[in-house]
Amino acid sequence: MVTSSSSWWQALVRISPYTFSAIGIAISIGVSVLGAAWGIYITGSSLIGAAIKAPRITSKNLISVIFCEAVAIYGVIVAIILQTKLESVPSSKMYEPESLRAGYAIFASGIIVGFANLVCGLCVGIIGSSCALSDAQNSSLFVKILVIEIFGSALGLFGVIVGIIMSAQATWPSKA
Amino acid sequence: MYGFEALTFNIHGGYLEAIVRGYRSGLLTAADYNNLCQCETLDDIKMHLSATEYGSYLQNEPSPLHTTTIVEKCTLKLVDEYKHMLAQATEPLSTFLEYITYGHMIDNVVLIVTGTLHERDVQELLEKCHPLGMFDSIATLAVAQNMRELYRLVLVDTPLAPYFSECITSEDLDDMNIEIMRNTLYKAYLEDFYRFCKTLGGATAEIMSDLLAFEADRRAVNITINSIGTELTRDDRRKLYSNFGLLYPYGHEELAVCEDIDQVRAAMEKYPPYQSIFSKLSYGESQMLDKAFYEEEVKRLCLAFEQQFHYGVFFAYMRLREQEIRNLMWISECVAQNQKSRVHDSVVFIF
Repeated sequence: MVTSSSSWWQALVRISPYTFSAIGIAISIGVSVLGAAWGIYITGSSLIGAAIKAPRITSKNLISVIFCEAVAIYGVIVAIILQTKLESVPSSKMYEPESLRAGYAIFASGIIVGFANLVCGLCVGIIGSSCALSDAQNSSLFVKILVIEIFGSALGLFGVIVGIIMSAQATWPSKA
Repeated sequence: MYGFEALTFNIHGGYLEAIVRGYRSGLLTAADYNNLCQCETLDDIKMHLSATEYGSYLQNEPSPLHTTTIVEKCTLKLVDEYKHMLAQATEPLSTFLEYITYGHMIDNVVLIVTGTLHERDVQELLEKCHPLGMFDSIATLAVAQNMRELYRLVLVDTPLAPYFSECITSEDLDDMNIEIMRNTLYKAYLEDFYRFCKTLGGATAEIMSDLLAFEADRRAVNITINSIGTELTRDDRRKLYSNFGLLYPYGHEELAVCEDIDQVRAAMEKYPPYQSIFSKLSYGESQMLDKAFYEEEVKRLCLAFEQQFHYGVFFAYMRLREQEIRNLMWISECVAQNQKSRVHDSVVFIF
C-alpha cells in the first residue's frame, strides 16, 4: 500500500477504482454524443436554410450529418468495450496497485474517446455547414470541402484507437 | 469571444444566414446587366427581368410600363424578403435587422416634411415613401410646424426618438434646417448603430465597424462637397460629421475648412483606402465621385460574405439589393429617355 503521508494523496487513492471506471464509461458515451449532436445541429440549420433556394444540395449534404453521427457511434462502441473490461475483485484486493491501474486505465480511455469525439463532432459540423452553403452557390465546391471534412473526422478515429489501446491495459488482479 | 462564433451562432442565426445567402445568389450578374443595357424599350426590360427572380413581381403589370412601376415592384421584392427574415429572427438579430431600416425612416420623415413645406398633398407623398421606412403615425408628420412639434406629436413613439435630442430647436422648418436635421439624425443613427454592433462583439462588430466607418466617411465627404458655397458655417459642418471612422478626428478637421473640391481631394488623399477612389477622378471632376464611392462600397459589401457566422451578411445583402434597384432605375430611365449611350455612366456591377 502507498505510504505517503499527505491526506490528499490518501483521499485520492482511496476512491474505488470502480468509481473511476464508471465515470470513464459515462464520459465516453455522454461527451461523444454531445459532440455529435452539436455538429449535427450546426450543419442541419445551415442545410435547411440553404436548401430552400437550392433543393439539389439536400441529398449530397447528408454526408456531413452522417460523419457527425459516426462520432456518436464511436462513443457507443468504446463504451461497450470498456464495460466488458470490468471484473469483480474481492474487497481485500480492491485497493491494490493493480486494481487502481485498471480503474485508471478505463477512466482515461473514456476521457480520451469522449473529448476527442467532442471536438471531432464540432469540427465536422462547422465544416458541414460551410459545405452546404458553398454547394448551394457553386456545386463544384462540394467534393473539395468534403475532403476537409474527411480529415476532420479522422480526429475521432485517433481518439478511438488510443482509447482502445489504453483499455487493453485494464487487467484486474486475479481472484486467488 | 471572437473566433468561436461558429460554436453557437447557428442556434439562432444559422437558418436565416443560409436564407440570406440564398437570396444573394439571386442578385443580377454582369451578364444580366449587359442584356438589360441592350434593351430598346421598357417592355424588353420587363421581358429580361421575368427570367430573373423579379419575374413574378413584374408579370402582372400592364403595358405601357413606367420606370417608377419597375422600381416600385423591385423594391416590393426587397421588402418581402426583409419581412420574411424579420419574422423569423430572434434577438439580437431582430434588433439588428430593424436598425438597417432606420435610415429609410429618416429619409421618409424628411421627404414628408419637405413636401408639406412645398404644399404637396400628403397622400401623394406617402406613396413616394420607401416601404421599408414606414411607421404607423407617419401621416401626422404633415401637421407639424417646427421641430419641437414634430418630435412631440409623432416621433417620440418611433425608434427615431433618441436621435432627436441633438436637433430640437424651436426654429421653423425651412429647406436649410431640414437638410441639417436630416444629417444630424443620420449622424445620430450611425453612431447608435455602431455602438450597437460593438456590443454584439465578435465578427459582427469587426465587419460592421468597417462597413459603417466607410458609410460615415462617405457621408462626411458628401456633406463637405454639398456645403461648399452655402451658408453652412464651418462649425455647423463639423457638427454633422460622425464621431467614428477612418477620418475621425483629423480628417474631419481638414474637411471642415475645405472650400473647393481640390482641397477635399488633397485632404482625402492622405488616407490610402480613399486615395484609390480619388485617383480615378481627374482634377475638378465630381460627377463620377458618386459612382466611385458606390463601387468601393459594393466591393466591401461583397467581402462581408466571405466570412460565416456573423450578422454583417444581412446588412450587406440589403445594401447590395438597394444598389441593384438603383442600377435598374438608371437603366430604365436611360432606356425610356433614349439615352442609351449614358447607360454605363452609373451602373455598378455587383458580380
